[in-house]
Order: sequence, then C-alpha cells, then structure tokens
Amino acid sequence: MAQAAIELIGINKSFGAVRANRDINLEIVRGTIHGIVGENGAGKSTLMSILYGFYQADSGEIRVGGQPASIKSPNDAIALGIGMVHQHFMLVDNFTVLENVILGAESDALLKKSITKARSELERLEREYGLEVDPDAIIEELPVGLQQRVEILKALYRGAEILILDEPTGVLTPAEADHLFRILRQLKEQGKTIVLITHKLREIMAITDTVSVMRQGTMVATRETRKTTVEELAELMVGRRVLLRVEKGEAEAGGVKLAVKNLTVKDSRGVTMVDDISFDVRAGEIVGIAGVAGNGQSEMLEAISGIRLAVSGSVMLDGKPIDLTGAADPGELRDRGLAHVPEDRHHVGLVLAFEENENSILGYHDDPRYLRGPFLNIDAIRDDARDKITKYDIRPADCRLKTANFSGGNQQKIVLAREMEQDPGVLIVGQPTRGVDVGAIEFIHKRLIAMRDQGKAVLVVSVELDEIRSLSDRILVMFAGRIVGERGPEATEGELGLLMAGVEHREAAE
Amino acid sequence: MSTPYAKLPAWADYGLIPVINLFVAFVVAGFVVLLVGENPFRAAAVLVEGAFGRGQGIAFTLFYATTFIFSGLSVAVAAHCGLFNIGGEGQGYIAGLGIGIVCLAFDSVLPWWLTFPLAIIAAAAMGALWALIPAYLQAKRGSHIVITTIMFNFIAASVMVYALVGFLKPANSMAPQTRTFLDGAQLPKLNWVIELFGAKIRSAPFNISFLLALAMAFLVWVLIWRTRLGYEMRTYGHSSKAARYAGISETRIIIVAMMISGALAGMMALNPTMGDQHNVALEFVSGAGFVGIAVALMGRLHPVGIVLAAMLFGMLYQGGAELAFEMPAISRDMIVIIQGLVILFAGALEHMFRPYVQALFASLSPRSVGMEAIKGKGA
Ligand SMILES: Nc1ncnc2c1ncn2[C@@H]1O[C@H](COP(=O)(O)OP(=O)(O)OP(=O)(O)O)[C@@H](O)[C@H]1O
Ligand SMILES: [Mg+2]
Repeated sequence: MAQAAIELIGINKSFGAVRANRDINLEIVRGTIHGIVGENGAGKSTLMSILYGFYQADSGEIRVGGQPASIKSPNDAIALGIGMVHQHFMLVDNFTVLENVILGAESDALLKKSITKARSELERLEREYGLEVDPDAIIEELPVGLQQRVEILKALYRGAEILILDEPTGVLTPAEADHLFRILRQLKEQGKTIVLITHKLREIMAITDTVSVMRQGTMVATRETRKTTVEELAELMVGRRVLLRVEKGEAEAGGVKLAVKNLTVKDSRGVTMVDDISFDVRAGEIVGIAGVAGNGQSEMLEAISGIRLAVSGSVMLDGKPIDLTGAADPGELRDRGLAHVPEDRHHVGLVLAFEENENSILGYHDDPRYLRGPFLNIDAIRDDARDKITKYDIRPADCRLKTANFSGGNQQKIVLAREMEQDPGVLIVGQPTRGVDVGAIEFIHKRLIAMRDQGKAVLVVSVELDEIRSLSDRILVMFAGRIVGERGPEATEGELGLLMAGVEHREAAE
Repeated sequence: MSTPYAKLPAWADYGLIPVINLFVAFVVAGFVVLLVGENPFRAAAVLVEGAFGRGQGIAFTLFYATTFIFSGLSVAVAAHCGLFNIGGEGQGYIAGLGIGIVCLAFDSVLPWWLTFPLAIIAAAAMGALWALIPAYLQAKRGSHIVITTIMFNFIAASVMVYALVGFLKPANSMAPQTRTFLDGAQLPKLNWVIELFGAKIRSAPFNISFLLALAMAFLVWVLIWRTRLGYEMRTYGHSSKAARYAGISETRIIIVAMMISGALAGMMALNPTMGDQHNVALEFVSGAGFVGIAVALMGRLHPVGIVLAAMLFGMLYQGGAELAFEMPAISRDMIVIIQGLVILFAGALEHMFRPYVQALFASLSPRSVGMEAIKGKGA
C-alpha cells in the first residue's frame, strides 16, 4: 500500500447557508499527481483553501504524512511542506524574481546575505526541475507562463513537498501549458506530490495518476485515471450525460450586421497590437477568432466595444458607421445593439464588491426598466436578477450575495446572462468559457448557438481551439495583429495550428 | 479567493471593530494621562461627564457633531467614487464667503427662514465651485486630487483673509470679520429639545442646522444606494475599468461627485457662522474639514456610521474642553493628543485589529455538524 501524503477525513465547511464542503474524505498518495474536477461551485477551491490554512474546516481532520495536523494559517501549511500556486498570482509586480521568491522567507536581517544564499538555492532548484527563469527579471515584464513558474519556485524554495495548483492552465497558452506539465512530471519523478484542479478533462487524462470528482460539496468518486474516460468524468461531475461537442445545424447567414473596417490599435506602450484589420460578421452566423494569446485579440475586442480607443478604424452596426477613435463610447455602441462579454470578467465585466443584482444591470443602468426617474427601481432590478439566475442556473441562487463570493463559472454566467438577455443584435464574447466547468460550457455553447439561430451576429474570441472549432461557422486566425487566414469549421487542428504559429503567413510573405 | 479569513457578520464589522479601536485608543490615551501624573479613570469620567453629564454639555456635543456630520458626509461621497477629497477644510472655509454675502445682504429684510435656504444654496454653491477646479484638473489633466485639494485649502485661506480684511469687514472696524448678523440671519436654537428632557441649559449654540445635517445624511444614503448617479459613482469607485465598460463618463462622474462632496463641505460652514458666532470670522472652520476624514473612515463611509462617529468626535471636543478646564495638568494640547489617538486608531489604523477578529470568528464559525436542518440546500 502506497503511503498517503495527505488524508482529509470528514471535512465540513459552510458559508452561511451554503455548504461548500460536506463530509469530504480524500487520500492523496505520495509521489503522484492527483486531479480534482467538479462543477463551478462544487467546493474544490474551498477544500484546497482549508488544506492550505486560508479557511478552517467546521469539522473534520487533516493528516499530513500520517500525522494529525492542525493547519490554522498558510504558515502552518508551509511548515508542513504544503505549497500552493494560486489562480491569481500573488507576486509583487515591480520586484525581481529573486526578490519575490525570498519575500517573507528572508533568512537574515541583512537582505544582501539572504539574497546571495537564495540565488544559489534558486539556481539549484531551476536546474533540478527545469524551471528556468532569469532571477533578475522584473515580474511584470514576464509572460504569465513564467510568472506561474515563479510561483512554483516560491513554493519549492519554502520546502514544499506537496504542491497544490488551482486551475493553473486557465491563463496559459497551449505551449505554456505543455511546458508546465513537463515540469509537473519532473517534480513527480523527484518524489513530490501534486494536487491539480482543472476544468480541462483532457489535461486530467494526460497528466494525472488519480482523479477525484466533486459535486455540490461532496466527493462523489475517485478513479484511477487510466481506468476512466472523459465521458465518465463529465457525467460524474454533472450528474447527467454531457455533450462535449455541441450539435448545431447549418448557419443561415443573412446580411452583414457588424463590419469592422481598417482597425488599428496600439497598446499603452505604443506598440501596434492590431494592424489594419477588416472583417464582417453577418446575421445568423458565429465567427470565431483563433489565435495564440497575445496576438492582438484582446486589444481588438476592447476597441470594437469602445473600451480602448483605436488609432484608426470604425465599425458599421446595422449599416451605420461608428468611429472607434477619439470619443468612442461603449454606451453608444451598447445602445446600437452591440453587447460585449469581456475577457477579463473580474476587472471589466463585473464589480466584485457589488451584490449580484447590481452587476446584472452594469452597462444597462440607464434602461428605464431599472429606473424610476433618477432613482434605481430596486424591486425591478432584483426581480430581473432573480429571473436571470433561474434561467441561467446561477448558483447559489441569491441575488443579494456579493459577486466575489460566487465561483468563477457562476461569475461568468452572471455576465453572459446580462448581455444575452438584452437581446442585442450583435454579441461579441471574449473567452466565453475560461474557468468554466463542462456542464456550463455545454450550456453556454447552446446559448450562443441559440443566439445565432435567432439571427444575431456572434463574434467569439477564444484561445481554446476546440471551442472555436465546435462553435464557429467561419474561423479567422489572428497572428501578430493581423488576420492571416480564413477557414471553414471543417479545418483541421493542424492546419489552424500552423496558421496560428504564423507559418503560412511567413511563407506567403516570402 | 476573495478573503483569506472569515467574512465578519455586519454587527462585528460595523459595531465590534470600531469599539475595539476606540477602546485601544482610550487605553493608550490613558497612559498619556498617567504620564502627566493624573488619574486616567478620573480623566475619563470628567470627559464623559463634560460631554453628556449636563444639558449644557449635550448641547455643545451636538453642536460640534453637526459640523462633523457635514464634513464626514463630504469625504464619504467622494470616497464612494474612489476620490480622496482632502479639501473639505477649504471648501467649507470658502463657503463662508457665500454665507457672509447672503447674510449681510438679506438679514435686515428677510426672516431667518428665508435667509437660511439662500445661505444653504450659497454655501453649497461655493463649496461645489471650490471642488470643481481640482475635479476638472483630475478628470482632464490627471492632476492628483489629493494634491490639488490640499493646495486649494491654502488658496481658500488666502481668499478669505483678503475678503475679511476687505469688503466683508465693516469700514470702521479693526477686526477681520463681518459685522454681527441681525435676527434675520441667526438660526434658531434647538436647546429647548434637550430641556424637554428636564436638563437645564444656560446658553449653547446647538441649532437648527443639526436637522439639516441629519437630512443630508439621509439624502446621501439615498444618493449612494438608491439613485442611478450613486450607482455610477460606486461603480467608478470600485473599478474605473468596469465604469468605462459600462459607458460611464470618467470626466462627468469625477466632476459631479466632487461637486456634491464640495457642496456638503460648504454646508458645514452654516453651523459655526449662522448658528453660533453670527458672523464670518477668520479661521472659523478650525480643522473640522480634516476631522471629517476621520469621521468618514470611522463611520465606514455609511451615513449612519458617520452620524455616530460625528457624535463621538463632538463628545471629544466638548468633553476635552471640560477636561482641560478641570484638570490643570491636562492642557489643551493634551486634548489634541487624545483626539489624535482616536483618529489614529479609529481612522488610520482602522484595519489593524481586523485580521485578529476575523481569525477569531473563523475559529468560532457555526459548526455545520449542527446545521443538519438546511441539508440539501446550498450550492
Ligand atoms: N467566502 C465565501 N463566502 C460565501 N460563499 C462562498 C465563499 N467562498 C466560496 N463560497 C461558495 O462556496 C461554494 C464553493 O466555492 P468554491 O470556490 O470552492 O468552488 P470551486 O469548486 O472552486 O468552483 P470554480 O470551479 O468555479 O472555481 C460556492 O457556492 C461559492 O459560492
Ligand atoms: Mg475554484
């Protein structure tokens, strides 16, 4: 019998009326990679936060290496050799890698001494695990994939034997994710234990040894990964069969609803991110923009929705041109029937400190339905929010709950419900299912297709190639700020992958 | 992960934490009293007795509190929009100019109940105007509002000196202040309300502007939580990116919020001028604008909390004056130290004890083993 690194026995945790964890039993075997999957709000992050000392369980026992452990704070967890890589990185942006790694673990009163010591230790860790990062690079200048590596280094530097990663690949490009998995395998070979939370079942199949499934606060199953399938896991998570690929009929594309013309956008440093692109989206079709993250998709979305001022360019909405430079106003675009689900729901699409119902009118707070003269019509707003909660199955079904207390997938549903229920003519969506569970992905995809079938124009930007391929009627590939190709939905992954890497583009240029 | 510790119930958040902060402030203040060789318990007794013991003390406490309610609300309105208005002092001071002009012009022809509304408008308009310029500079030029509002405090002080030694002063007078207002610009006292409860009051400046302050507290609550404008202000205050996304104009919301904040700061000038001194004199605001920052922080930016915090600071002002009088070793400056400690612990170090209270609550949180009744509910 292999030795257990961690045993959780009878863990319970409630937040008010919400029972986030009920009677959880879980054993994690030393030297393995253990996946945890489950719907949004199933209680995965809560369970890991209990293990890492952020929350205290209401009842239950934690054993680390067979010994009962009392974990009252992250410091206790670190002392027991437990490290955690958070979904939202906890790094000081303007510090160097080295400074971040030793932060809070300085061994001497004099920084100089700790730094020299840390540097050689860091170099050893980097060599041992293939975690190359320049120790003197400034965090904010590193891509997310490398920032995450720094988080891992931080944990290892503090002597972590058990590493918890909560949705580590949500923000990574496919190549960065592959690299992360190589690192994790290497860590496993060195005898470390890894707990991996993810919504991407393919990743579970590719890298874990064991996988546990949570549903509505309980642990419903634990399986050996090689003896299970994606379909079985999806069904265990949701409690019913899930369509992993949405079915849809032929598009019946009508007239052009959204025409983007000669759009050029620069970022805050003056680098051209979107380089003179033009395209159309017609009524009754979904156009997908594929591309590796950072090739200008985000800036393009922000410019089309009026959030970021363009250097040049305009959109035609229903035949009327709207300038996107100068005084572009998201409110005006919204009034003309353009709804936008932004990529960054935490900072742009939602105000996390607001109650759910307050967020369900964000951007539509001028609508007379929600107002009585200059006053908010609180009853109407809450009734409306409750309707959306029912229709979109947002959990917990409490429109007075603070938005920050909803799980990631449910936050995404709040934004989608708001934008879709306004019945816009054009819907543009950035990363529709980032951090969202399989059941909700199915739901969101069905909704997007229903919008299309009602004759709306839908523009989807996603770094998930699978998603683009299963949703889109036409696929545009973006590379280095330009649209480098257009393909039908039948295009193969390999073909799109080459375009996304800029290969064909370069050949054509020669 | 939003908060790493347990979320506090509202009563602990709004009740327990301020009480703990206050308690610590008083303990530290007690040591200071001990240091100068007085008995801290007796000092505390004198202070509370002075503020609440007799009708006279209560009236003075409420008089001071009136000004602090206005200045606290002013800071809170700006803060809900993510702006730190440090200019309440100057906005209140310059409002004295408007009040002075209105009162001097009308006190001989109109009754107080007609002069008062005109003076309210003048005070609010002057305060709003004084906030407009920093707001415009912030919105259009990105000049930091903290810096510009501080600078405008100095400009207000100079303008007021100019006005008070110039055209506001009676020609034959040596004192840099307006003439005494006639009955038509003197606000009725509210001392009789306290006397209804059997207390005796010799003379105290507690006046009708207290009711205006309470009305404004209610209106601020309505504004922030029940109007579209308040919604826009809060959205911008939490996330300027979300506000941009929602189509809220940054320029407009900054200017509007600052002007409302300035108007409230301006109104605080009504109480000491028309309610008490019956003139406009140099330095009549005497720091009340800055006290408003502490009041707003301590009141957690909520009008109810602000009214309560304003009462507390009113008590410190009144009780402190009494204390300096009763205990010779405790000078006027000592009172300022005590007030400073309260501001330090209740305002600036507001969050010092929060993590401990949260950790305590986390370990005491309702055991869900005992929560079988709601099984099946939840996520
Ligand atoms: N601080 C909190 N206060 C109130 N409720 C909370 C809090 N944290 C989590 N919850 C609730 O507990 C439940 C479990 O949340 P948790 O974050 O653990 O889900 P999750 O499985 O990690 O979901 P996701 O996949 O979306 O990240 C949810 O219903 C959530 O709304
Ligand atoms: Mg989670």
